[in-house]
Amino acid sequence: MNPALRLYSIIVAACLTLSGGAISAQPADDVAVRELANGLRIIVKPDRRAPVVVNMVWYRIGSVDEKNGFTGIAHVLEHMMFKGTKTVAPGEFSRLIAAAGGRENAFTSRDYTGYFQTLQKSALPLSLRLEADRMTNLVLSQEEFAKELKVVMEERRLRTDDRPQSVVYERLMASALVAHPYRNPIIGWMSDLENLSLADTRAFYDAWYAPNNATVVVVGDVVPDEVFALVEKYFGSIPRKTLPPRKPQDEPPQLGLKRLTVKAPAELPYVLMAYRVPGLQKPATDWEPYAFDMLESVLSGNDAARLPQKLVKTDLLATTAGAGYDGVGRGPSFFYLSGSPVAGRTAEQLEQGLRRELRRVVEEGVTEAELNRVKAQVIAAQVYQRDSMFFQARQIGSMETIGFSYRDLDLYIEKLKQVTAEQVKEVARKYLIDDVLTVAYLDPQPLEGAPRRAAPAGVRHGQ
Amino acid sequence: MVNNLMKLLKPAVAAMLWCVVQPALAILPIEQWQTGSGAKVYFVMNRSLPMLDVSVDFPAGSGNDSKQKSGVAALANGLLRQGADGLSEDDIARGFADIGAGLGGRFDADRAGLSLRTLSDPKQRIPALELLTRILRAPEFPTAVVEREKARQIGALKEADLKPDTQAARIFAQLVFRDHPYALRSVGEVATIGDVTRDDLLAFYRRHYVAERAVVAIMGDVSRQQAEAIADQLTRGLPRAGGAVPGLPAVAPLQGAITRIVAHPASQSHILIGAPGIRRDDPDYFTLFVGNHILGGGGFVSRINEEVRQKRGMAYSAYSYFSPQLAAGPFVIGMQTRRDQADEALAVARKTLRDFINNGPTEKELLAARQNIVGGFPMRIDSNRKIHEYLAVIGFYGLSVTYIDDFIGNVERVTVAGIKAAFARHVDPDKLVTVVVGADKDQTVAAAR
Repeated sequence: MNPALRLYSIIVAACLTLSGGAISAQPADDVAVRELANGLRIIVKPDRRAPVVVNMVWYRIGSVDEKNGFTGIAHVLEHMMFKGTKTVAPGEFSRLIAAAGGRENAFTSRDYTGYFQTLQKSALPLSLRLEADRMTNLVLSQEEFAKELKVVMEERRLRTDDRPQSVVYERLMASALVAHPYRNPIIGWMSDLENLSLADTRAFYDAWYAPNNATVVVVGDVVPDEVFALVEKYFGSIPRKTLPPRKPQDEPPQLGLKRLTVKAPAELPYVLMAYRVPGLQKPATDWEPYAFDMLESVLSGNDAARLPQKLVKTDLLATTAGAGYDGVGRGPSFFYLSGSPVAGRTAEQLEQGLRRELRRVVEEGVTEAELNRVKAQVIAAQVYQRDSMFFQARQIGSMETIGFSYRDLDLYIEKLKQVTAEQVKEVARKYLIDDVLTVAYLDPQPLEGAPRRAAPAGVRHGQ
Repeated sequence: MVNNLMKLLKPAVAAMLWCVVQPALAILPIEQWQTGSGAKVYFVMNRSLPMLDVSVDFPAGSGNDSKQKSGVAALANGLLRQGADGLSEDDIARGFADIGAGLGGRFDADRAGLSLRTLSDPKQRIPALELLTRILRAPEFPTAVVEREKARQIGALKEADLKPDTQAARIFAQLVFRDHPYALRSVGEVATIGDVTRDDLLAFYRRHYVAERAVVAIMGDVSRQQAEAIADQLTRGLPRAGGAVPGLPAVAPLQGAITRIVAHPASQSHILIGAPGIRRDDPDYFTLFVGNHILGGGGFVSRINEEVRQKRGMAYSAYSYFSPQLAAGPFVIGMQTRRDQADEALAVARKTLRDFINNGPTEKELLAARQNIVGGFPMRIDSNRKIHEYLAVIGFYGLSVTYIDDFIGNVERVTVAGIKAAFARHVDPDKLVTVVVGADKDQTVAAAR
């Protein structure tokens, strides 16, 4: 698996959709790019292995663009985008795509909102026409809004409220950051959802859904010039908008270790540690983000990596242990360590174990063999991911919408291959320190209202 | 030979455009043969990417577990890679990682096996296949590793058992399958895993991971000659069958309705409704596949999703499916909803099912489903990974090598009357299991008819 995919095992709430995804790289030399007069960007990557096409429309609007009291609005709007336009009735979008044999869905992350259809290639015009229509003609009715808001609340209960480890991640972000909107969950706080209005959602749509805030990504059995002509035909007349100013909302420096505890029904404790570290800014000249990416892989990128090998298999301290790095985004980046202790061991003991492994990196460094192993996986993953058109489209759209170029996907791989053992040691020494650390523990509670199994002798639940 | 997937798919597109199936043209030229050791091999050559997918599967799923030692099959499968032929688990993990190869597993009630994805260059392919061969041929199940993995599995089960979705699935399987092995949880139980020994795992491996019942699926950038050599290499050293292994017993039909409500503090109730469904070789397979697409399998446009989510906003996820297996796998309707409206959601789902069984779908619904399935056919086989999955399924369940070619025709032949009749044969709305986890107190209602 490519390194960027893995952080999703930790950041379970980083993207709300029925499918997951992440970024990495593939050869980009055959990619064609065009920008319409209204500012809409189009990126086409031919892949002629099957008569299939993936169409994605990406908006540079995510939970990072929300204000206090309105958290979750970007995601609610994503749901409402299926609820009808001036000429397409509620639910008709899905029925038309289904009748063409297509599969469709959408996703909202901290940084962007995306919509996609996978279809036989002859259905691409339908897909583009419908996307252009809902970019500008959305009808938001109170009746549909009220129902869909309930669906989103059910989604929040399912994905977060009833999942203790998701709650830990949510609360950790809310503690680690004090100013930057990454502190809010993508799906929104329940109170904000309960008080969200149709007018709020309409204003958000009117402000941000515009061709000059969007990118169309098409991957499949297509000819770029034909795609450009189709996109021009359907999107060309949509007027550009003056987008609201985006405030940086920079996070002030962290001034010392933070700790929090989440009490929730669970059997085993869970530990999540987040170090505030640099993310990707200038892909051509940065080196630290690539070193963090390699460190993540050395720690947990394969079954023989350090955390599973040492903490799970050798020390019998953890049932799971992993590392993660979210270095490509519009907001602050973190390096994560996480895991659950085995029965009979505590969260504190596991935290000490995770810290011991970090100290080993700082004091002894990593080996050439470890780095070469990760590089071999990176190189192979470049080939493997060409087997999925969807994944290729997702990488391009994500990189572009966050603010980089699809070309940086290749650059990213080249830079990973150049990372040295000394650089990995250096970023660990310089950044993975207590002053920028937030630690969250899950303190397991018995289920109320259900019989509790007797714990084996000697087992402590919680700390 | 076929150079890319596009060529593979052209006849499929023609079939869609004209709504005519041309059986003379193979959409997917699957080659099939048997190794000297008796394993069945399914192969599609594809040179468009320099990579290779290989899997070896056995009828060694949890359906072969006993109630007393539930979990043996899953542990045996999971531990294959954790020590074999003199290699430690770290040797094996490093061996694959060093060449960028990925080792995966397949495990369910019927099937168990390993799958490998590697670059096709001999520098990676040869060592990757050598490692896979040694793992399959000589797993050691080291005692220390066995004990560690048992403890980890028990910990994971205790964690999972607190979750309302896990509880619902477990109770549902027990009520639907009762004494049948499909009632057993595929990964075992807290109470049974502790008793599993290294000898149990070795015995299970020797009995079930045998060459004569192996299915090898190969997809990607190798020649037929290379594929033959690969299949021979992978299966030559496998255990040999020591006689017939009894097949799974038939699943007995439910004698009446039963509803089990379980107390849980979660904010949502997790609801499952269902019964034993069909075997993979049931002649009604395609009729029920298309019918269920209309009922609850077609995503946002299916009836259950329409009634529960689109019309009422009662759930994020609401669906139905058949899971056809060697024996009759389950028919399931599922959803999660705010606990104070669980009764209402349940009533909506039951009414939707009853209406569908009584009246069948409309012609318009059938047309829409057909358009979606037939029009979406190219996406079923648009990557090496998906084609490889098909090869493995075709081989394991003994489907025809023309299964892909016949797929569109089989969907086109389904009628409204056929769907109504097939549902009437297989789903009795008066004999369903209902499980609701996430209530204030436990309750069981049984009604035998």
